[in-house]
Amino acid sequence: MSELTDLYQEVILDHNRRPRNFRAIEHPSAAQEGYNPLCGDRLTLYVTVADGRIADVAFQGSGCAISKASASLMTEAIKGKTVEEARALFDQFHEMITSPPGSPLPEMGKLAVLSGVRDFPTRVKCAGLAWHTMKAAVSDRPAAPVTTE
Amino acid sequence: MATATAFDVTAIRADFPILGTSVHGKPLVYLDNAATTQKPRAVIQALTDYYESSNANVHRGVHYLSGRATDLFEGARTRIGRFVGAANPKEIIFTRNATEGINLVAQAWGRSNVRAGDEVLISAMEHHSNIVPWQMLCAEQDATLRVIPMSDAGELDLDAFERLLTPRTRIVAVTALSNALGTVNPVEQMTKAAHAAGAIVLVDGAQAAYHMPVNVQALDCDFFVLTGHKVYGPTGIGILYGKAALLDAMPPWQGGGDMISSVTFERSTWNTLPYKFEAGTPDIAGVVGLGAAVDYVTAIGMDRIEAWERDLLAYGTQALLDVPGLRLIGTASRKASILSFVMDGIHPHDLGTIVDRGGVAIRTGHHCAQPVMERLGIPATARASLAMYNTPEEIDALVTALHRAREVFG
Repeated sequence: MSELTDLYQEVILDHNRRPRNFRAIEHPSAAQEGYNPLCGDRLTLYVTVADGRIADVAFQGSGCAISKASASLMTEAIKGKTVEEARALFDQFHEMITSPPGSPLPEMGKLAVLSGVRDFPTRVKCAGLAWHTMKAAVSDRPAAPVTTE
Repeated sequence: MATATAFDVTAIRADFPILGTSVHGKPLVYLDNAATTQKPRAVIQALTDYYESSNANVHRGVHYLSGRATDLFEGARTRIGRFVGAANPKEIIFTRNATEGINLVAQAWGRSNVRAGDEVLISAMEHHSNIVPWQMLCAEQDATLRVIPMSDAGELDLDAFERLLTPRTRIVAVTALSNALGTVNPVEQMTKAAHAAGAIVLVDGAQAAYHMPVNVQALDCDFFVLTGHKVYGPTGIGILYGKAALLDAMPPWQGGGDMISSVTFERSTWNTLPYKFEAGTPDIAGVVGLGAAVDYVTAIGMDRIEAWERDLLAYGTQALLDVPGLRLIGTASRKASILSFVMDGIHPHDLGTIVDRGGVAIRTGHHCAQPVMERLGIPATARASLAMYNTPEEIDALVTALHRAREVFG
């Protein structure tokens, strides 16, 4: 059962119960929808970009603890970063949750609490939903709702 | 349990090799039977035996093995027909699954019988497989899809049903048993009402077939579909039952070998039933395996299986209601052994992961019934669906795992 407590660390449970930046932004640069048809997780991500920097980011929606905590932690991690930095963080995060169990982990700071996901392949999409949605939100071309399927 | 002495669940479990395996170091507790049931050794052996000693194509060669394969194939059709109470084996069309059976009817029957302005009536608790083929038909024919509403408990509103039956209603397509809620629908009564209004009826029996005895003649439905893998048979094989007169009047669905009686480049003529609807080499081994599956459950007795599962449902309902913060979704007065639920503060998907680590397999999500979830205002449920080999001890294992989830989530 230790993998379970690795997956559901206190930080994740806390962000599930009290998600940060859980609100709408009135006039965002982009409002992007993300949807995971497998479990029904659904979120809207609001991003305000000013001078190439993510000035504000927030989300609303419903989902499992992993998807909600991942979205909440992501908003904290990317706020204030440049769009380029956020994209780079996406790549690192994606590598962290999809690398084979037991392999060395990239240095991810607080986001490392989600590394336990890689031991639960059926949950990788839950952790990735907010990140894929963010990547679409900051892309140059407006995108259809992101799905993880 | 009342039927414990009459129903030897230990002996039945011993027939299913997979039930003796472990998951995450825990004995497997398989409670995802609404998705697919496990296979008894008799079915697995029938597939092996077929390939080892009888494999040949059917309805073709004059050689010994072709005759033998054809006998096995047609023998299985006869027994499967008997299993659902069909009057004649030629009314049993082999399909890949229940979904394909519904698509066959929606297209072959629907395109020549549903016209602009006509209505197709389904229910609020249908699986996507009994929604989408009708939506496609209605879009193509400029017809209208109507939906019988249901209550919060998950019971169809039969008064509304009667009102929705109009001279424009061409077909009523309804599930006998909801996969997401466990509701058993009064399909016999609904068929009577539909016939009185001049509509025909398709019954989706995918879930009902492994929970209760089925008799298509008693139901008097016009079409009935089931899928083999939910009645302890192999995946990839299912049946469409249709009344012979309706099937005869329908154009073929797919063209190819076996479904013709003669072919020239100018024109082809169609084979008789059931072959008219079976183009190409069928899943012969799958049919043989499904034949073994219906033999297996028939030997036990569907009525005894139904009684055992009724006791399991009663035990499971009480056991789950005793879990703090748990709410059952689907509380119809007539239910089969499907327990859908949500828990305060824990998303179904998290529940699924946590109980899986306890060796317990349940389904989480929308169960291919998104409109049901929307109607009830929930994104998803967790679902334990019980089959004849499940035991009260396994329900206890689920409950223990649910308590573990409550601990993890504090």
